[in-house]
Amino acid sequence: MSLLEVSNLRVEFPTLDGIVTAVDGISFKVEKGETLAIVGESGCGKSVSNLALMGLLPKRGSKVSGSAKFYLGPDTNELINLPEEKIQKIRGNRISMIFQDPMSSLHPFFTIGDQLIEAHQIHNSVNKEESTRKAIELLKKVGISEPELRMKSFPHQFSGGMRQRVMIAMALINQPELLIADEPTTALDVTVQAQILKLLKDLQQEMQMAIILISHDLGVVAGAADRVNVMYAGKLVESAKVNDLFAKSMMPYTSGLLASIPKPDSEVNRLSVIPGQPPSLLNVPKGCAFHPRCSFLDRVIGGPNLCKEKEPELIEKESGHFARCHLESHVVLKK
Amino acid sequence: MLSYIAKRFAISISILFAVSVAVYLIFAFLPFDPAALTCGKNCNDPGIIEANRVRLGYDKPVWEQYWIFLSGLFVGRSFGEGAALIECPAPSLGYSFHEHSCVTNSILEALPVTMSLAIGALIMWLLIGVGLGVLAARFRGRFPDIGSTIFVLIGTSLPTFLTGLLLLVFVVVKWRILPYPSGNYTPLTENILAWLNTMILPWITLAFAYAALYTRFVRSSVIETSSEDFIRTARAKGLSEKVVLRKHTLRAALAPLATMAGLDFAGLLGGAILTETVFNLPGLGRLSLGAVRDYDLPIIVATTILAAAIVIFMNFVVDILYAWIDPRIRVNA
Repeated sequence: MSLLEVSNLRVEFPTLDGIVTAVDGISFKVEKGETLAIVGESGCGKSVSNLALMGLLPKRGSKVSGSAKFYLGPDTNELINLPEEKIQKIRGNRISMIFQDPMSSLHPFFTIGDQLIEAHQIHNSVNKEESTRKAIELLKKVGISEPELRMKSFPHQFSGGMRQRVMIAMALINQPELLIADEPTTALDVTVQAQILKLLKDLQQEMQMAIILISHDLGVVAGAADRVNVMYAGKLVESAKVNDLFAKSMMPYTSGLLASIPKPDSEVNRLSVIPGQPPSLLNVPKGCAFHPRCSFLDRVIGGPNLCKEKEPELIEKESGHFARCHLESHVVLKK
Repeated sequence: MLSYIAKRFAISISILFAVSVAVYLIFAFLPFDPAALTCGKNCNDPGIIEANRVRLGYDKPVWEQYWIFLSGLFVGRSFGEGAALIECPAPSLGYSFHEHSCVTNSILEALPVTMSLAIGALIMWLLIGVGLGVLAARFRGRFPDIGSTIFVLIGTSLPTFLTGLLLLVFVVVKWRILPYPSGNYTPLTENILAWLNTMILPWITLAFAYAALYTRFVRSSVIETSSEDFIRTARAKGLSEKVVLRKHTLRAALAPLATMAGLDFAGLLGGAILTETVFNLPGLGRLSLGAVRDYDLPIIVATTILAAAIVIFMNFVVDILYAWIDPRIRVNA
């Protein structure tokens, strides 16, 4: 059974130059206990869509529509445009979030202990001793040594990796059903990255929670995710199980991303790149948004004009494997 | 933390010492003769001048004069002898021939006036500045923000002497709500109502100008802090907007205010010359202004060093306060 069902989520920002559609009608599901990765370039809407789910976009200056049903036991919560008091009860409690930059995500003036205890106290009517005990337990769980002592430390006394552990402890202190991890390892060096990903995986199993992992790093995604959604210019362009996606991507953008991963054993010297720039969201190309950068246009059966004129639908090309492309699926695989 | 305080304190004392030397040297090398000034306008009897020079110690070398000045602070000083003996007990800042009194006494009379002025104004402008600034940031682009922008515009463009005069013209002369400033100062301890009557308009005058600056500063500081990652974390925890603002945003946004308020306050304690003049308040500002007009060197030296001492002291206080607010400074020190 699904935990979260997002359908037709749209996020628009009115600006002086016109309306920016950062997220353009995306739909996806998150199953209990699974890890769904959302990948794409900067500005493709992956972070914004999740901030919208959490109700963390500025109320003035953004317009969110669509639906996101969050199933908690017998209850169904519609997250989109939920009144502030109600979403506050879910935030940090049933759905938690960790962010890209652990160096700046903790309040510099409060101790780690204060910040953890606060996170527990908001959602539980227990005394401070109980919250303290819980905070220490969580610090232990995320692998911080001498947690009792470290409770009194300030964020600047921790390294980046340690701070991200603290952020994870804080996010998980209320045992949420869903953790949204927005580029959790991007600001960390590679060895620490691996530790944090392993920690997340272990905790996920222990606590039976689902994770939405937002990343632009396909290496991270390959190791951590069950399913992958690829986003481009505010839309979902491909969605599949992680193995299917890596084995046979059905959309030139995804295969471009995969081809641009450095391969140490490859005999080719240069990295493969996707030509061009992601489109401005103020002025998304007509037809398929990716067509100006696509190198497969002449292989489309309907001819290149089809891609320039008509936007493809997101269709299930194989069982459980969705793609938004006019190409016959086998064409992309062959390159 | 203790070693941090000790370190700061040592630095403060050395700066104060350097400043006092500099001030003393500047006035020692001014192109007029302090002894000649003691003898009135039409005085040309070299005997009296020379006698006064010896009496006030201006015949000694500069470094010795400075040493006497410095030790006077701790042991007091006496001038002349016999029937004309004048004693200024410690802490002595010298003797003003013009006022015919010990400088310390003149300063002790003026200081409470300036203190009342500065403390009252500080409280007033902090309340208004922080209140309006937070309100403007919270309701950015809406009525409170627009209203506060107008307030800031008027407050920063009106000079204090004009605000003061306008207040006098309307509140005192036209509407007769308050009595005309008499030039006397009633201490708070003697008659609180009379004290309030004299101080309220000067407070408003000063607070108006400073509150405008602080409103602008607080507004931008709160807005800037609101976009920090750790504020997003606070929201993601499920805290209400109220708690996010009060506990997380304000704590970080108002920290730099300690520095600003400390130094502005110190500046005022050195003497708010314009405001004191407009409202006829016998404070430090008017004391130094009068001293400059009358070439009253001992008072000028004393008020200059005092003003510097106050700034240095407030810097010290701000350093301690800031370390207490921001733990990052505590540990790095």
